[in-house]
Amino acid sequence: MKSSIEKARTGDLIFLNLTRTFAAFTLLVLFAIVVSLVWSAMPSIREFGFGFLTSSEWNPPAERFGALVPIYGTLATSIIALIIAVPISFGIAIFLTELSPVWLRRPLGTAIELLAGIPSIVYGMWGLLVFAPLFGEYAQPWIAKTLGQIPLIGNLFTGPMLGIGVLAAGIILAIMIIPFIASIMRDVFELTPAMLKESCYGIGGTTWEVVWRVVLPYTRVGVIGGIMLGLGRALGETMAVTFIIGNASIFINYSLFQPGNSITSALANEFAEATPGLYTAALIELGLLLFLITVVVLSLSRLLLHSLDKR
Amino acid sequence: MNITPDNESLVPEISMRNLDFYYGKEIALKSINLDIYWGKVTAFIGPSGCGKSTLLRAINRMYDLYPGQRAEGELIVCGKNILAKDVDTIGLRAKVGMVFQKPTPFPMSIYENIAFGVSMHEKLSRRQMDDRVEWALTKAALWNEVKDKLRQPGTGLSGGQQQRLCIARCVAVKPRVILLDEPTSALDPISTMHIEALIAELKKEFTIAIVTHNMQQAARVSDFTSYMYLGEMIEFGRTDDIFVKPKDKRTEDYITGRFG
Repeated sequence: MKSSIEKARTGDLIFLNLTRTFAAFTLLVLFAIVVSLVWSAMPSIREFGFGFLTSSEWNPPAERFGALVPIYGTLATSIIALIIAVPISFGIAIFLTELSPVWLRRPLGTAIELLAGIPSIVYGMWGLLVFAPLFGEYAQPWIAKTLGQIPLIGNLFTGPMLGIGVLAAGIILAIMIIPFIASIMRDVFELTPAMLKESCYGIGGTTWEVVWRVVLPYTRVGVIGGIMLGLGRALGETMAVTFIIGNASIFINYSLFQPGNSITSALANEFAEATPGLYTAALIELGLLLFLITVVVLSLSRLLLHSLDKR
Repeated sequence: MNITPDNESLVPEISMRNLDFYYGKEIALKSINLDIYWGKVTAFIGPSGCGKSTLLRAINRMYDLYPGQRAEGELIVCGKNILAKDVDTIGLRAKVGMVFQKPTPFPMSIYENIAFGVSMHEKLSRRQMDDRVEWALTKAALWNEVKDKLRQPGTGLSGGQQQRLCIARCVAVKPRVILLDEPTSALDPISTMHIEALIAELKKEFTIAIVTHNMQQAARVSDFTSYMYLGEMIEFGRTDDIFVKPKDKRTEDYITGRFG
């Protein structure tokens, strides 16, 4: 009897230490990556200081580097992607959970999940060869005529209509993150108890009222989580953006029609040809910035969830 | 003993004529004929799966939400056959409210829980809405307990209070009929007592249909009782008659606990 208890105890102890090691390992890796990023970026941090964030000059021969263009590109494409993807994903999720005929639910849900499985380079090629030319020829003139006329934000939609550029990259990103956000929204909407929805239908609610006032508030934590996952993906997406954003490291103005650069596309394009020294350090500092942006976004979403929980 | 004389004028609020109900190909209700009278409490008892909840969910067409479920025959609510294709289900559900087995407060404040349903059907000023919320909460015997915390979330109340909140939410829309689907099955005895007292109050203004697993509860709160078994209406009559001298052997077996 005693020996079997002891044996179980030893087993538990081994298991505890094994899992503890695994958990510690993640922390260690995270720590090592941060330290090595900061270490390798040091020459650039020392040389440019805070000016790295505000300068738009990116001149490898003269060894003068500033990150404003890629930071703007990364933030602008991700925000555009969210603005487009969140309402569309919401609509898809409502249709799949509340409105769609049952026979259509599974094939449609599978199709959306398949969309998430398309490699990003395929999106990039499709975006560059098919989407961008059409976008430049038909959509951009129309956008310039409509959104471009609105005061204040109109300036965002002016300039040459090349097809490729920040706006096109943002739209492709939106298409890429829709499957993620939509399938998470669908999953959490399905978690809403049928009885709760019936209660709202039962006092004469329409589908819209049920979804907007009951399902969405009930599932808000999961919905925000899904949006954040999409945002994380948009911030880090490399291949598709590199194909479409235009890879211009000169900053002309804030117009979204302009070709631009994102942090990831700058890294993908330039790492192979970067000379050791300040150039490489500047690129690594870009990587560090992307990491910081992601951490800030994740922390903000945690804060948001926390304040929602309190209410 | 039932003190109302037999020649008392009973006005049917809901009438079922040869009502069949199907889950896909499976038949769940077989040719139900029944009247639910205005201002009375009608209880539905019977073993699990006998179709009593199904019957209740036909009255407000809740089954519409689920493909494959359908009703045939005639189901007349307030003078209209609600099984017709062109029935306005939203208007119907405003007239026929429902309370469920478990409390289902909406994820919003106590005040909003009540006001939300009302605002879907009526445009009220702030002042009128405040009055309506107070009126509904008073009807549900909850006002004194929550009047100082109307802005707090409805989910923070106790189970019994949540269920009374759900009743208040239903009453606030000013329905004619209230359907109660095992409303006390998730509650403790004290909360159950509160709800039963409430039912006795509410029948002065509303017609009430209640599904219950608890036979004592049916005997306590209802004026009429219907015993159902395997999708059939076995016996329907005044509660006192059903419990004291049931006509059907099967009803007697169920009530005396020999079966079920």
